[in-house]
Amino acid sequence: MEPASKLDHNHNLSLREFPYIIRWRDDRCKRCGRCTAACPVKAIEPSVKVQRVVRSEGPVPSPHAVRNIVHIVEQVTDIERCCTGCGTCTLVCPNEAIEPEYNPQNKFMHYKNKGGEGYKRGGRRNDPSVSTLDRLKFTRISMLTDPALDAGRHEFRVRTLLGRILPPEDLPLLSDNGTLRVDKTTDRFIPPVREIFPIMIGSMSVGALSPPMWEGLAMGVAYLNEVEGLPVLMCTGEGGVPPRLLKSRFLKYMCLQIASGYFGWDEIIHSIPHMTEDPAAIEIKYGQGAKPGDGGLLMAQKVLKLIAGIRGVPQFVDLASPPTHQTKYSIEEAVAKMIQSMSMAWGFRVPVYPKISGTKTARAVLNNLARNPFAAALSIDGEDGGTGAAYNVSLDKMGHPIASNLRECYLDLVKQGKQNELPLIAAGGVAKKGNLAANAAALIMLGASAVSIGKYIMQAAANCFGDEYNRCNLCNTGKCPRGITTQDPKLYRRLDSDVVAERVVEVFKAANVELKKIFAPMGRSTELPIGMSDGLSVDDKAIADRLEISYAC
Amino acid sequence: MCRLAAITSNEYFSPMENILALETMKEGHDGSGLGLTLKDLGGRFRDAKGYPILSGISSNTGTKALNEFMDKAGFKLLDAWSPKIKAVKGITPRDHYFARVYDYPKSYKTKSIKEKEDLLMNIRLMLRKIGEPDQSLFAFSFYPDVLTLKEVGDPLQLAEFFGLDRENIKAKIVFAQGRQNTNYAIYLYACHPFFIQGYCSMTNGENTAFVPIREFLMSRSFPGYIGYNSDSEVFTHILHYTSRQLKLPLTYFKDVITPLKESERETRQDREALQLMKQSLRPLCIDGPNMVIGFTPDGTCFMAHDAKKLRPGVVGGVKGKYALMSEECGLDSVIPKRTKAKDIFPMKYDMVIIKPQAEELKVWSQLQN
Repeated sequence: MEPASKLDHNHNLSLREFPYIIRWRDDRCKRCGRCTAACPVKAIEPSVKVQRVVRSEGPVPSPHAVRNIVHIVEQVTDIERCCTGCGTCTLVCPNEAIEPEYNPQNKFMHYKNKGGEGYKRGGRRNDPSVSTLDRLKFTRISMLTDPALDAGRHEFRVRTLLGRILPPEDLPLLSDNGTLRVDKTTDRFIPPVREIFPIMIGSMSVGALSPPMWEGLAMGVAYLNEVEGLPVLMCTGEGGVPPRLLKSRFLKYMCLQIASGYFGWDEIIHSIPHMTEDPAAIEIKYGQGAKPGDGGLLMAQKVLKLIAGIRGVPQFVDLASPPTHQTKYSIEEAVAKMIQSMSMAWGFRVPVYPKISGTKTARAVLNNLARNPFAAALSIDGEDGGTGAAYNVSLDKMGHPIASNLRECYLDLVKQGKQNELPLIAAGGVAKKGNLAANAAALIMLGASAVSIGKYIMQAAANCFGDEYNRCNLCNTGKCPRGITTQDPKLYRRLDSDVVAERVVEVFKAANVELKKIFAPMGRSTELPIGMSDGLSVDDKAIADRLEISYAC
Repeated sequence: MCRLAAITSNEYFSPMENILALETMKEGHDGSGLGLTLKDLGGRFRDAKGYPILSGISSNTGTKALNEFMDKAGFKLLDAWSPKIKAVKGITPRDHYFARVYDYPKSYKTKSIKEKEDLLMNIRLMLRKIGEPDQSLFAFSFYPDVLTLKEVGDPLQLAEFFGLDRENIKAKIVFAQGRQNTNYAIYLYACHPFFIQGYCSMTNGENTAFVPIREFLMSRSFPGYIGYNSDSEVFTHILHYTSRQLKLPLTYFKDVITPLKESERETRQDREALQLMKQSLRPLCIDGPNMVIGFTPDGTCFMAHDAKKLRPGVVGGVKGKYALMSEECGLDSVIPKRTKAKDIFPMKYDMVIIKPQAEELKVWSQLQN
């Protein structure tokens, strides 16, 4: 005899527990099968069912039941194959017969730990509420006491500096009859400094991104620099760089990242003698906003021939970057040594800076770096930063919001008088709601020298489905339906690198214009308004107090 | 917007000339205040050249505190001048307006000028601290051969109030500014010209980059970089910081507040130095709109604009007497007999520099090789 539980499906989940419920319209579907073929998680499948239909034919009612076998598209109730709401099915459907619908009552998180394994995903923190950055307003408008500038007519310099800047008192300058010259006889180290556009593309690795995505970003960045005159930088992420790029002149637009796995660095180090240009900078990744204190992981299915080659590892093995650098046992010594070693590799011609997760301990890191004359900047990645793969608990619950973290670091530098010496790069949730220029400008006015974007550029340039309702977020699986974070040629052939590059250019050109439209009415044009906190207000007293800006309502 | 009238001459003249120049520009200021700084003093201060003069305002209690403090600090009062106040409608007189000539404490008599300057500034700051909570004491300047007067009201009426037309107060350099800072609260410490250790400036316009500049200056570990009741005070301190602290030649003040772009630097012999300066002094770049008139300890006067040049400014005159004004009518009032065609309206790259004793006027351009 069958147990009762099996008979009444008691241990099965109902669709109401699922985050997305497929709305399939029998009347519109022509059973082409595209949706079921395209679904990246196999959440829907073709099925047959017996349908009982009562029919009546002829002039006199003579109802009789007919049992038909019909083909349907059915959502499965296996939590491992639950619909992520990506909407690929809708995209491929010729008849608008199918679409996923968000189910706010879902209990997805209650079940997504099968096999004793915590839920892993890509994307960013699932918090659709309005972020602090989006609550900040620019309230100091020039009008009568000083004229507002014309964003279209006045000359604007939307540029920032990346690199350690000497304090004015330490500049090796000599005066000859009223003219200054640099004292070449001094052994004073003059650190390398790059003048860049204040929005950078943050670190996303060749392995995490598909070839057309990475190529599209790189092409877009090169075009922005060489044609549009916008010195936008892109960070490679851990995992090396295609060998051809290492030896090309385009390397100067790249920040090479070294992280705890050191993937790709054998190739990079061996390429140094053949490099025709220095990279823009070296980023040492100590932490990441999306998964603070957690290591990276490139899943085996993404380690194909190209990736294995670049990273110098066998194919199809999980590539784990440890949570910490193995050489790191103290910030005073190990981090300083690493910064110096990387600086030395390029003859101290390249700025080297660490990247950390947003954390309460950021100021301790900052204060150490402030004392290290070779540290070129500090990049802080807040809790809303995205990633290719992490435990959901890390993504949703770990980390520090960027706004107050950045602000306290900046004000700490102000106290020490070093606010212009060590640039701060802020990241994590920039343009979460699409307000790239406004979020960037707000962070700059809170004290950032530059901001980094990652998730946003995937969304804006390659139509990444991911959002804060846990939509899609399959980056970790290698099954990205847009072809952005996959190494599967069947998937990434969907993505056209030229289109990505074109969108990258559009995004940055628009941001450049919008930044001017923010700075112009505030009377700022010739220098980036770093730390111009009197320009900002917020409608929450507690936030205003914490950020030391004004409260406006 | 503030109206500014600065005159530099090789002969002593009355500050009334500046006041009358301001009067011609009256349409452009709201008569809400007057700030006067006189350098290279004549008249009754002619023989007190080597001694520091403390300029300020005090109440009766403030005067008592001042006397006690200065005695304790070892300063000996040599001379005290107070204007003979004439009641003028609309101006509320305070208890004491003063300019007191002191002798240095014995221990400082043989010290270097730099040490003396630091002492004088610290004394001024302490007096400010004593008097600021109850506004019983204002100390505007404490420096040899420099006198400052400030009060709320219409400049011409204030001249009458102070009796400037009658008093034997003269100087070779006089800076006058005809408006209190009405953007914020009217407060005497917000009134230009501002002065620190021989450097003085006044400004018209609104400094949109005020907060980052203020933060940068305040974090230089220099006790004098405080106050900032007006966004224009930072210009005086930038001048002091670049010239006195960093020892940069005066023209680099312009390169600091309005740095050249990379392509513009190419024509300059000192481009390497400029690049480093631009990076290290990035927070001191002003965005305007501002026109700055200033003087340095040696009596050099200058005028410079922000890069957008959205504020007026004109310089003209004859050898021996030049005027730096925010408007042409002020210039006409002070030096009517000059060749008007030679008046200079400095452009975005220009810095007009007038040598001490009004000997020569030069226009220095940032783009010069």
